[in-house]
Amino acid sequence: MRTPTLEIKNLGFCYPDGTEALYGISCRIEYGEAIGLIGGNGAGKSTLLQHLNGCLMPSEGMVLFGGTPITRETLAEVRRAVGVVFQDPDDQLFMSTVFDDVAFGPLNQGLPSAEVAARVYGALERVGMRHLSERPPYKLSGGEKRAVAIATILAVSPDIIVLDEPSSNLDPRGRRRLINLLRGFEQTRIIATHDLELVVEVCQRVIVLDNGRIVAEGPVREILDNEELMLAHGLERPHILRHQHPH
Amino acid sequence: MKAARYIEVGQMDELGRLDTPLHRLDARVKMAAVVLFVVTVMSFPRYEISGLMPLFLFPFVLMGSGKIPFGAIFKKVALALPFALFVGLFNPLLDRTPVLTLGPWTISGGWLSFFSILLRFTLTVSAALILLACTGIYRLCAGLERLGVPPLFATQLLFLYRYLFVIGGEALRMIRSVRMRSAGSKKLSLRIYSTLTGHLLLRSIDRAQRIYRAMVSRGFDGQIRVLHRTRPGWRDLLFLIGWSAFFILVRFYNPAVALGGWLTGEH
Repeated sequence: MRTPTLEIKNLGFCYPDGTEALYGISCRIEYGEAIGLIGGNGAGKSTLLQHLNGCLMPSEGMVLFGGTPITRETLAEVRRAVGVVFQDPDDQLFMSTVFDDVAFGPLNQGLPSAEVAARVYGALERVGMRHLSERPPYKLSGGEKRAVAIATILAVSPDIIVLDEPSSNLDPRGRRRLINLLRGFEQTRIIATHDLELVVEVCQRVIVLDNGRIVAEGPVREILDNEELMLAHGLERPHILRHQHPH
Repeated sequence: MKAARYIEVGQMDELGRLDTPLHRLDARVKMAAVVLFVVTVMSFPRYEISGLMPLFLFPFVLMGSGKIPFGAIFKKVALALPFALFVGLFNPLLDRTPVLTLGPWTISGGWLSFFSILLRFTLTVSAALILLACTGIYRLCAGLERLGVPPLFATQLLFLYRYLFVIGGEALRMIRSVRMRSAGSKKLSLRIYSTLTGHLLLRSIDRAQRIYRAMVSRGFDGQIRVLHRTRPGWRDLLFLIGWSAFFILVRFYNPAVALGGWLTGEH
Protein backbone atom coordinates (compact mmCIF):
# COMPACT_ATOMS: atom_id res chain seq x y z
CA MET A 1 0.00 0.00 0.00
CA ARG A 2 1.32 3.40 -0.87
CA THR A 3 1.75 6.06 1.77
CA PRO A 4 -0.94 8.70 1.53
CA THR A 5 1.38 11.67 1.20
CA LEU A 6 0.11 14.82 -0.44
CA GLU A 7 2.49 16.84 -2.52
CA ILE A 8 1.77 20.10 -4.27
CA LYS A 9 4.26 21.08 -6.95
CA ASN A 10 4.37 24.58 -8.33
CA LEU A 11 0.57 24.81 -8.44
CA GLY A 12 -0.99 27.73 -10.27
CA PHE A 13 -4.64 28.30 -10.89
CA CYS A 14 -6.56 30.79 -12.93
CA TYR A 15 -10.37 30.95 -12.87
CA PRO A 16 -12.12 30.76 -16.25
CA ASP A 17 -13.01 34.46 -16.00
CA GLY A 18 -9.29 35.31 -15.90
CA THR A 19 -8.93 35.87 -12.15
CA GLU A 20 -5.63 34.44 -11.05
CA ALA A 21 -6.05 32.77 -7.71
CA LEU A 22 -2.93 30.76 -6.97
CA TYR A 23 0.69 31.05 -8.00
CA GLY A 24 3.60 28.69 -7.53
CA ILE A 25 2.26 26.80 -4.53
CA SER A 26 4.57 24.00 -3.41
CA CYS A 27 4.41 21.96 -0.25
CA ARG A 28 4.48 18.43 1.05
CA ILE A 29 2.13 17.01 3.66
CA GLU A 30 2.94 13.72 5.37
CA TYR A 31 0.38 11.22 6.64
CA GLY A 32 -1.01 12.05 10.07
CA GLU A 33 -0.01 15.70 10.06
CA ALA A 34 -2.43 18.44 11.08
CA ILE A 35 -1.89 21.47 8.89
CA GLY A 36 -3.42 24.88 9.40
CA LEU A 37 -4.03 26.84 6.22
CA ILE A 38 -4.44 30.48 7.15
CA GLY A 39 -4.69 33.80 5.38
CA GLY A 40 -7.05 36.70 4.95
CA ASN A 41 -10.26 36.66 2.92
CA GLY A 42 -9.56 36.02 -0.73
CA ALA A 43 -6.05 34.73 -0.06
CA GLY A 44 -6.84 31.53 -1.98
CA LYS A 45 -7.47 29.07 0.84
CA SER A 46 -10.71 27.62 -0.50
CA THR A 47 -9.36 27.54 -4.04
CA LEU A 48 -6.34 25.58 -2.85
CA LEU A 49 -8.52 23.15 -0.90
CA GLN A 50 -10.59 22.43 -3.98
CA HIS A 51 -7.49 21.21 -5.75
CA LEU A 52 -6.82 18.61 -3.10
CA ASN A 53 -9.57 16.27 -4.25
CA GLY A 54 -9.78 17.35 -7.84
CA CYS A 55 -12.84 19.59 -7.65
CA LEU A 56 -10.61 22.06 -9.45
CA MET A 57 -7.77 21.08 -11.73
CA PRO A 58 -4.55 23.13 -11.70
CA SER A 59 -3.81 25.46 -14.61
CA GLU A 60 -0.14 24.95 -13.89
CA GLY A 61 1.91 22.46 -11.87
CA MET A 62 0.28 19.47 -10.19
CA VAL A 63 -1.01 17.88 -7.03
CA LEU A 64 0.33 14.42 -6.26
CA PHE A 65 -1.40 12.00 -4.00
CA GLY A 66 0.75 9.10 -2.86
CA GLY A 67 3.19 9.93 -5.61
CA THR A 68 0.68 9.93 -8.51
CA PRO A 69 -0.65 13.15 -9.98
CA ILE A 70 -4.37 13.86 -9.62
CA THR A 71 -5.86 13.51 -13.10
CA ARG A 72 -9.26 12.55 -14.46
CA GLU A 73 -8.17 8.91 -14.38
CA THR A 74 -7.09 8.87 -10.74
CA LEU A 75 -9.96 11.09 -9.57
CA ALA A 76 -12.15 8.30 -8.20
CA GLU A 77 -9.32 6.89 -6.11
CA VAL A 78 -8.29 10.30 -4.83
CA ARG A 79 -11.81 11.21 -3.81
CA ARG A 80 -12.07 8.00 -1.84
CA ALA A 81 -8.92 8.91 0.04
CA VAL A 82 -9.41 12.65 0.47
CA GLY A 83 -12.58 13.69 2.28
CA VAL A 84 -13.66 17.32 2.13
CA VAL A 85 -15.84 18.91 4.78
CA PHE A 86 -17.41 21.94 3.11
CA GLN A 87 -17.75 25.34 4.69
CA ASP A 88 -21.54 25.31 4.69
CA PRO A 89 -22.91 22.03 6.08
CA ASP A 90 -26.14 22.68 4.19
CA ASP A 91 -24.23 22.03 0.98
CA GLN A 92 -23.03 18.73 2.30
CA LEU A 93 -26.24 17.39 3.76
CA PHE A 94 -28.72 16.77 1.01
CA MET A 95 -30.47 13.52 1.86
CA SER A 96 -33.68 13.19 3.82
CA THR A 97 -32.18 11.73 7.00
CA VAL A 98 -28.87 11.95 8.81
CA PHE A 99 -28.45 8.21 8.34
CA ASP A 100 -28.95 8.40 4.58
CA ASP A 101 -26.58 11.32 4.36
CA VAL A 102 -23.79 9.51 6.17
CA ALA A 103 -24.56 6.34 4.19
CA PHE A 104 -24.26 8.17 0.88
CA GLY A 105 -20.47 7.84 0.63
CA PRO A 106 -20.18 4.19 1.70
CA LEU A 107 -23.04 3.24 -0.64
CA ASN A 108 -21.25 4.88 -3.54
CA GLN A 109 -18.22 2.79 -2.66
CA GLY A 110 -20.41 -0.23 -3.26
CA LEU A 111 -20.09 -1.68 0.24
CA PRO A 112 -22.58 -4.36 1.41
CA SER A 113 -25.55 -3.12 3.50
CA ALA A 114 -24.27 -4.48 6.81
CA GLU A 115 -20.92 -2.78 6.32
CA VAL A 116 -22.64 0.47 5.30
CA ALA A 117 -24.74 0.48 8.47
CA ALA A 118 -21.69 -0.29 10.60
CA ARG A 119 -19.75 2.56 8.99
CA VAL A 120 -22.64 4.99 9.45
CA TYR A 121 -23.14 4.20 13.12
CA GLY A 122 -19.39 4.15 13.72
CA ALA A 123 -18.95 7.61 12.18
CA LEU A 124 -21.94 9.07 14.00
CA GLU A 125 -20.72 7.55 17.26
CA ARG A 126 -17.32 9.15 16.71
CA VAL A 127 -18.82 12.64 16.43
CA GLY A 128 -21.34 11.95 19.21
CA MET A 129 -24.41 12.23 17.01
CA ARG A 130 -25.70 8.68 16.84
CA HIS A 131 -28.97 9.65 18.52
CA LEU A 132 -29.79 11.89 15.55
CA SER A 133 -29.55 9.22 12.88
CA GLU A 134 -33.23 9.27 11.94
CA ARG A 135 -33.64 13.06 12.00
CA PRO A 136 -33.84 15.16 8.84
CA PRO A 137 -30.58 17.17 8.55
CA TYR A 138 -32.25 20.54 7.96
CA LYS A 139 -33.82 20.35 11.43
CA LEU A 140 -30.48 20.08 13.24
CA SER A 141 -28.69 22.93 14.97
CA GLY A 142 -25.56 24.46 13.45
CA GLY A 143 -23.22 22.46 15.66
CA GLU A 144 -25.05 19.21 15.01
CA LYS A 145 -25.00 19.85 11.27
CA ARG A 146 -21.25 20.40 11.35
CA ALA A 147 -20.68 17.22 13.35
CA VAL A 148 -22.85 15.23 10.94
CA ALA A 149 -21.04 16.76 7.97
CA ILE A 150 -17.78 15.51 9.48
CA ALA A 151 -19.36 12.09 10.03
CA THR A 152 -20.32 11.90 6.34
CA ILE A 153 -16.62 12.16 5.57
CA LEU A 154 -15.46 9.80 8.33
CA ALA A 155 -17.82 7.14 6.97
CA VAL A 156 -15.79 6.82 3.79
CA SER A 157 -12.68 6.39 6.00
CA PRO A 158 -10.40 8.77 4.12
CA ASP A 159 -6.66 9.08 4.69
CA ILE A 160 -6.84 12.84 4.46
CA ILE A 161 -9.57 15.07 5.88
CA VAL A 162 -9.82 18.55 4.44
CA LEU A 163 -11.90 21.06 6.38
CA ASP A 164 -12.95 24.50 5.18
CA GLU A 165 -13.70 26.86 8.09
CA PRO A 166 -14.80 24.07 10.44
CA SER A 167 -15.40 26.32 13.44
CA SER A 168 -17.44 29.03 11.72
CA ASN A 169 -20.92 29.56 13.16
CA LEU A 170 -20.26 27.26 16.10
CA ASP A 171 -21.03 28.19 19.68
CA PRO A 172 -18.16 27.84 22.20
CA ARG A 173 -19.23 24.38 23.29
CA GLY A 174 -19.61 23.16 19.72
CA ARG A 175 -16.24 24.61 18.89
CA ARG A 176 -14.62 22.92 21.88
CA ARG A 177 -16.13 19.60 20.86
CA LEU A 178 -14.84 20.11 17.33
CA ILE A 179 -11.33 20.84 18.59
CA ASN A 180 -11.27 17.70 20.71
CA LEU A 181 -12.59 15.70 17.80
CA LEU A 182 -9.96 17.05 15.40
CA ARG A 183 -7.19 16.42 17.89
CA GLY A 184 -8.29 12.82 18.19
CA PHE A 185 -8.09 12.01 14.47
CA GLU A 186 -5.16 9.97 13.30
CA GLN A 187 -5.65 10.91 9.63
CA THR A 188 -4.01 13.84 7.92
CA ARG A 189 -5.99 17.00 8.60
CA ILE A 190 -5.80 20.10 6.45
CA ILE A 191 -7.76 22.91 8.04
CA ALA A 192 -8.40 26.23 6.33
CA THR A 193 -9.58 28.68 8.95
CA HIS A 194 -9.53 32.17 10.44
CA ASP A 195 -9.77 30.63 13.89
CA LEU A 196 -6.10 30.91 14.83
CA GLU A 197 -6.64 29.64 18.34
CA LEU A 198 -8.02 26.44 16.89
CA VAL A 199 -4.89 26.16 14.76
CA VAL A 200 -2.72 26.51 17.86
CA GLU A 201 -4.65 23.77 19.62
CA VAL A 202 -4.99 21.31 16.76
CA CYS A 203 -2.19 21.78 14.23
CA GLN A 204 1.55 21.19 14.26
CA ARG A 205 2.36 23.05 11.10
CA VAL A 206 0.90 26.10 9.45
CA ILE A 207 0.90 27.50 5.94
CA VAL A 208 0.20 31.21 5.47
CA LEU A 209 -1.35 32.27 2.16
CA ASP A 210 -1.62 35.80 0.87
CA ASN A 211 -2.69 36.83 -2.61
CA GLY A 212 -2.49 33.28 -3.87
CA ARG A 213 1.07 32.68 -2.70
CA ILE A 214 2.59 30.85 0.24
CA VAL A 215 4.22 33.61 2.29
CA ALA A 216 5.27 31.56 5.29
CA GLU A 217 5.33 27.96 6.39
CA GLY A 218 6.53 26.32 9.57
CA PRO A 219 5.74 25.16 13.11
CA VAL A 220 2.53 26.71 14.45
CA ARG A 221 3.96 28.54 17.45
CA GLU A 222 6.90 29.93 15.56
CA ILE A 223 4.80 31.41 12.76
CA LEU A 224 1.79 32.58 14.72
CA ASP A 225 3.94 34.17 17.39
CA ASN A 226 5.59 36.39 14.77
CA GLU A 227 3.46 39.47 15.21
CA GLU A 228 5.02 41.37 12.32
CA LEU A 229 4.38 38.54 9.86
CA MET A 230 0.84 38.05 11.08
CA LEU A 231 -0.12 41.71 10.79
CA ALA A 232 1.49 42.01 7.37
CA HIS A 233 -0.90 39.41 5.97
CA GLY A 234 -4.17 40.50 7.49
CA LEU A 235 -3.89 38.19 10.50
CA GLU A 236 -3.02 38.68 14.16
CA ARG A 237 -1.04 36.99 16.85
CA PRO A 238 -3.54 34.73 18.61
CA HIS A 239 -4.53 35.59 22.12
CA ILE A 240 -3.69 32.13 23.37
CA LEU A 241 0.02 32.72 22.63
CA ARG A 242 0.13 36.00 24.53
CA HIS A 243 -0.37 34.21 27.82
CA GLN A 244 2.14 31.96 29.46
CA HIS A 245 -0.58 29.73 30.80
CA PRO A 246 -3.47 28.31 28.76
CA HIS A 247 -6.92 29.28 29.95
CA MET B 1 -35.86 27.56 10.12
CA LYS B 2 -38.92 29.50 9.16
CA ALA B 3 -38.20 29.44 5.46
CA ALA B 4 -38.13 25.69 5.51
CA ARG B 5 -41.53 25.50 7.07
CA TYR B 6 -42.94 27.99 4.61
CA ILE B 7 -42.11 26.01 1.54
CA GLU B 8 -42.85 22.81 3.46
CA VAL B 9 -39.46 21.48 2.60
CA GLY B 10 -39.36 17.93 3.64
CA GLN B 11 -43.00 17.33 4.41
CA MET B 12 -43.11 14.87 1.53
CA ASP B 13 -39.73 13.55 2.65
CA GLU B 14 -41.02 13.01 6.13
CA LEU B 15 -44.08 11.21 4.83
CA GLY B 16 -41.84 9.18 2.55
CA ARG B 17 -39.96 7.88 5.57
CA LEU B 18 -43.01 6.49 7.36
CA ASP B 19 -43.05 2.77 7.80
CA THR B 20 -46.42 1.39 6.72
CA PRO B 21 -47.25 -1.67 4.62
CA LEU B 22 -47.77 0.74 1.71
CA HIS B 23 -44.33 2.29 2.18
CA ARG B 24 -42.75 -1.13 2.30
CA LEU B 25 -44.10 -2.09 -1.11
CA ASP B 26 -41.62 -2.11 -3.96
CA ALA B 27 -41.33 1.34 -5.55
CA ARG B 28 -41.68 -0.13 -9.02
CA VAL B 29 -44.96 -1.83 -8.20
CA LYS B 30 -46.40 1.41 -6.84
CA MET B 31 -45.21 3.30 -9.89
CA ALA B 32 -46.78 0.74 -12.20
CA ALA B 33 -50.09 0.97 -10.32
CA VAL B 34 -50.10 4.76 -10.53
CA VAL B 35 -49.27 4.71 -14.23
CA LEU B 36 -52.11 2.25 -14.86
CA PHE B 37 -54.37 4.49 -12.80
CA VAL B 38 -53.47 7.56 -14.86
CA VAL B 39 -54.01 5.64 -18.11
CA THR B 40 -57.41 4.47 -16.89
CA VAL B 41 -58.43 8.00 -15.88
CA MET B 42 -57.34 9.40 -19.22
CA SER B 43 -59.03 6.70 -21.27
CA PHE B 44 -62.55 7.77 -20.33
CA PRO B 45 -64.55 9.72 -22.95
CA ARG B 46 -64.48 13.49 -22.64
CA TYR B 47 -67.92 14.01 -21.11
CA GLU B 48 -67.47 11.32 -18.48
CA ILE B 49 -68.12 12.30 -14.88
CA SER B 50 -69.97 9.55 -13.05
CA GLY B 51 -67.66 6.86 -14.38
CA LEU B 52 -64.66 8.62 -12.85
CA MET B 53 -66.15 8.71 -9.38
CA PRO B 54 -65.29 5.16 -8.28
CA LEU B 55 -61.66 5.88 -9.13
CA PHE B 56 -61.44 8.19 -6.11
CA LEU B 57 -61.26 4.98 -4.12
CA PHE B 58 -57.61 4.57 -5.21
CA PRO B 59 -56.17 7.79 -3.74
CA PHE B 60 -58.28 7.52 -0.61
CA VAL B 61 -57.36 3.91 0.11
CA LEU B 62 -53.68 4.72 -0.44
CA MET B 63 -53.85 7.76 1.83
CA GLY B 64 -55.55 5.67 4.48
CA SER B 65 -53.15 2.75 4.33
CA GLY B 66 -50.08 4.97 3.99
CA LYS B 67 -51.07 7.24 6.91
CA ILE B 68 -50.80 10.22 4.58
CA PRO B 69 -52.83 13.17 5.85
CA PHE B 70 -55.49 14.35 3.43
CA GLY B 71 -54.47 17.99 3.92
CA ALA B 72 -50.89 17.39 2.79
CA ILE B 73 -52.08 16.13 -0.59
CA PHE B 74 -55.09 18.40 -0.94
CA LYS B 75 -53.10 21.60 -0.42
CA LYS B 76 -50.65 20.70 -3.13
CA VAL B 77 -53.40 19.69 -5.56
CA ALA B 78 -55.12 23.02 -4.89
CA LEU B 79 -51.85 24.80 -5.56
CA ALA B 80 -51.65 23.33 -9.06
CA LEU B 81 -55.40 23.58 -9.77
CA PRO B 82 -55.18 26.91 -11.64
CA PHE B 83 -53.33 25.12 -14.44
CA ALA B 84 -56.23 22.74 -14.93
CA LEU B 85 -58.68 25.64 -14.76
CA PHE B 86 -56.86 27.35 -17.61
CA VAL B 87 -56.75 24.19 -19.67
CA GLY B 88 -60.50 23.74 -19.38
CA LEU B 89 -61.49 27.39 -19.31
CA PHE B 90 -62.68 27.69 -22.89
CA ASN B 91 -64.56 24.42 -23.11
CA PRO B 92 -67.87 25.89 -21.81
CA LEU B 93 -67.59 28.75 -24.32
CA LEU B 94 -66.59 26.70 -27.33
CA ASP B 95 -68.71 23.60 -26.86
CA ARG B 96 -72.35 24.66 -26.35
CA THR B 97 -74.02 21.46 -27.48
CA PRO B 98 -76.67 20.68 -24.88
CA VAL B 99 -76.10 17.19 -23.61
CA LEU B 100 -78.00 17.02 -20.38
CA THR B 101 -81.16 18.56 -18.98
CA LEU B 102 -81.61 18.83 -15.25
CA GLY B 103 -85.07 20.33 -14.67
CA PRO B 104 -84.96 23.91 -15.98
CA TRP B 105 -81.18 23.84 -16.62
CA THR B 106 -79.57 22.63 -19.75
CA ILE B 107 -75.96 21.63 -19.33
CA SER B 108 -73.73 22.01 -22.35
CA GLY B 109 -71.04 19.58 -23.35
CA GLY B 110 -68.46 22.26 -22.62
CA TRP B 111 -69.34 22.39 -18.94
CA LEU B 112 -69.34 18.62 -18.68
CA SER B 113 -65.91 18.32 -20.26
CA PHE B 114 -64.68 21.18 -18.07
CA PHE B 115 -65.69 19.34 -14.91
CA SER B 116 -64.34 16.14 -16.33
CA ILE B 117 -60.96 17.81 -16.82
CA LEU B 118 -60.96 19.04 -13.22
CA LEU B 119 -61.83 15.58 -11.95
CA ARG B 120 -59.13 13.92 -14.01
CA PHE B 121 -56.63 16.50 -12.89
CA THR B 122 -57.47 15.97 -9.22
CA LEU B 123 -57.28 12.20 -9.60
CA THR B 124 -54.00 12.03 -11.47
CA VAL B 125 -52.14 14.75 -9.57
CA SER B 126 -53.19 13.41 -6.19
CA ALA B 127 -52.12 9.91 -7.25
CA ALA B 128 -48.69 11.19 -8.27
CA LEU B 129 -48.30 13.11 -5.00
CA ILE B 130 -49.36 10.09 -2.99
CA LEU B 131 -46.85 7.98 -4.87
CA LEU B 132 -44.15 10.43 -3.83
CA ALA B 133 -45.42 10.59 -0.25
CA CYS B 134 -45.51 6.83 0.17
CA THR B 135 -42.16 6.14 -1.50
CA GLY B 136 -39.85 9.12 -1.04
CA ILE B 137 -38.02 10.73 -3.93
CA TYR B 138 -34.82 8.80 -3.48
CA ARG B 139 -36.40 5.34 -3.58
CA LEU B 140 -38.62 6.54 -6.38
CA CYS B 141 -35.67 7.56 -8.53
CA ALA B 142 -33.79 4.39 -7.62
CA GLY B 143 -36.91 2.47 -8.66
CA LEU B 144 -37.02 4.32 -11.97
CA GLU B 145 -33.43 3.33 -12.60
CA ARG B 146 -34.19 -0.27 -11.86
CA LEU B 147 -37.12 -0.11 -14.25
CA GLY B 148 -34.62 0.68 -16.97
CA VAL B 149 -34.93 4.46 -17.09
CA PRO B 150 -31.47 5.80 -18.06
CA PRO B 151 -29.57 6.89 -14.90
CA LEU B 152 -29.16 10.34 -16.43
CA PHE B 153 -32.91 10.94 -16.36
CA ALA B 154 -33.43 9.47 -12.90
CA THR B 155 -30.63 11.66 -11.55
CA GLN B 156 -32.09 14.70 -13.28
CA LEU B 157 -35.39 14.08 -11.55
CA LEU B 158 -33.66 13.66 -8.21
CA PHE B 159 -31.74 16.92 -8.61
CA LEU B 160 -34.78 18.76 -9.87
CA TYR B 161 -36.55 17.85 -6.67
CA ARG B 162 -33.59 18.59 -4.38
CA TYR B 163 -32.77 21.94 -5.96
CA LEU B 164 -36.40 23.00 -5.90
CA PHE B 165 -36.07 23.43 -2.15
CA VAL B 166 -32.63 24.98 -2.48
CA ILE B 167 -33.94 27.62 -4.88
CA GLY B 168 -37.05 28.16 -2.76
CA GLY B 169 -34.96 28.80 0.34
CA GLU B 170 -32.60 31.05 -1.57
CA ALA B 171 -35.53 33.09 -2.94
CA LEU B 172 -37.06 33.49 0.51
CA ARG B 173 -33.83 34.79 1.97
CA MET B 174 -33.47 37.31 -0.84
CA ILE B 175 -37.02 38.55 -0.52
CA ARG B 176 -36.57 38.90 3.22
CA SER B 177 -33.48 41.04 2.78
CA VAL B 178 -35.24 43.22 0.22
CA ARG B 179 -38.23 43.64 2.56
CA MET B 180 -35.94 44.67 5.39
CA ARG B 181 -34.49 47.47 3.34
CA SER B 182 -37.55 48.63 1.44
CA ALA B 183 -38.76 50.96 4.20
CA GLY B 184 -42.07 49.24 4.79
CA SER B 185 -43.34 49.39 1.24
CA LYS B 186 -44.82 46.07 0.24
CA LYS B 187 -44.52 46.56 -3.48
CA LEU B 188 -41.37 45.69 -5.32
CA SER B 189 -40.68 47.47 -8.55
CA LEU B 190 -40.28 45.51 -11.71
CA ARG B 191 -36.66 46.54 -11.89
CA ILE B 192 -35.91 45.05 -8.50
CA TYR B 193 -37.76 41.89 -9.45
CA SER B 194 -35.69 41.45 -12.56
CA THR B 195 -32.44 41.90 -10.65
CA LEU B 196 -33.68 39.49 -7.99
CA THR B 197 -34.52 36.75 -10.46
CA GLY B 198 -31.18 37.18 -12.18
CA HIS B 199 -29.38 36.92 -8.87
CA LEU B 200 -31.50 33.99 -7.85
CA LEU B 201 -30.42 32.11 -10.96
CA LEU B 202 -26.74 32.85 -10.34
CA ARG B 203 -26.92 31.99 -6.67
CA SER B 204 -28.79 28.74 -7.34
CA ILE B 205 -26.23 27.73 -9.93
CA ASP B 206 -23.44 28.39 -7.41
CA ARG B 207 -25.18 26.48 -4.71
CA ALA B 208 -26.14 23.63 -6.98
CA GLN B 209 -22.50 23.40 -7.95
CA ARG B 210 -21.41 23.23 -4.32
CA ILE B 211 -23.93 20.52 -3.54
CA TYR B 212 -22.85 18.61 -6.61
CA ARG B 213 -19.22 18.92 -5.54
CA ALA B 214 -20.11 17.60 -2.12
CA MET B 215 -21.77 14.65 -3.83
CA VAL B 216 -18.89 13.79 -6.15
CA SER B 217 -16.49 14.27 -3.25
CA ARG B 218 -18.24 11.33 -1.66
CA GLY B 219 -17.98 9.17 -4.71
CA PHE B 220 -21.24 9.94 -6.51
CA ASP B 221 -20.89 8.68 -10.07
CA GLY B 222 -24.37 9.20 -11.42
CA GLN B 223 -25.84 5.97 -10.16
CA ILE B 224 -28.42 6.15 -7.41
CA ARG B 225 -27.88 3.57 -4.71
CA VAL B 226 -30.19 2.61 -1.88
CA LEU B 227 -29.48 0.66 1.26
CA HIS B 228 -32.42 -1.69 1.30
CA ARG B 229 -33.13 -3.01 -2.13
CA THR B 230 -36.58 -4.46 -2.08
CA ARG B 231 -37.35 -7.58 -3.98
CA PRO B 232 -40.97 -7.74 -5.13
CA GLY B 233 -42.88 -10.39 -3.16
CA TRP B 234 -46.41 -11.75 -3.24
CA ARG B 235 -47.69 -8.64 -1.45
CA ASP B 236 -46.43 -6.42 -4.25
CA LEU B 237 -47.93 -8.70 -6.85
CA LEU B 238 -51.25 -8.73 -5.03
CA PHE B 239 -51.23 -4.93 -4.81
CA LEU B 240 -50.64 -4.55 -8.52
CA ILE B 241 -53.07 -7.26 -9.66
CA GLY B 242 -55.76 -6.08 -7.25
CA TRP B 243 -55.69 -2.49 -8.37
CA SER B 244 -55.34 -3.37 -12.05
CA ALA B 245 -58.45 -5.53 -11.80
CA PHE B 246 -60.26 -2.68 -10.09
CA PHE B 247 -59.25 -0.18 -12.80
CA ILE B 248 -60.39 -2.51 -15.59
CA LEU B 249 -63.68 -3.18 -13.82
CA VAL B 250 -64.37 0.52 -13.31
CA ARG B 251 -63.38 1.35 -16.87
CA PHE B 252 -65.81 -1.04 -18.50
CA TYR B 253 -68.59 -1.16 -15.97
CA ASN B 254 -70.05 1.99 -14.47
CA PRO B 255 -71.39 1.18 -11.01
CA ALA B 256 -73.32 4.48 -10.83
CA VAL B 257 -75.22 3.70 -14.02
CA ALA B 258 -75.75 0.12 -12.92
CA LEU B 259 -77.08 1.26 -9.57
CA GLY B 260 -79.40 3.74 -11.26
CA GLY B 261 -80.56 1.08 -13.66
CA TRP B 262 -81.18 -1.34 -10.85
CA LEU B 263 -83.15 1.24 -8.83
CA THR B 264 -85.34 2.28 -11.74
CA GLY B 265 -85.71 -1.21 -13.08
CA GLU B 266 -84.32 -0.30 -16.49
CA HIS B 267 -81.51 -2.06 -18.20
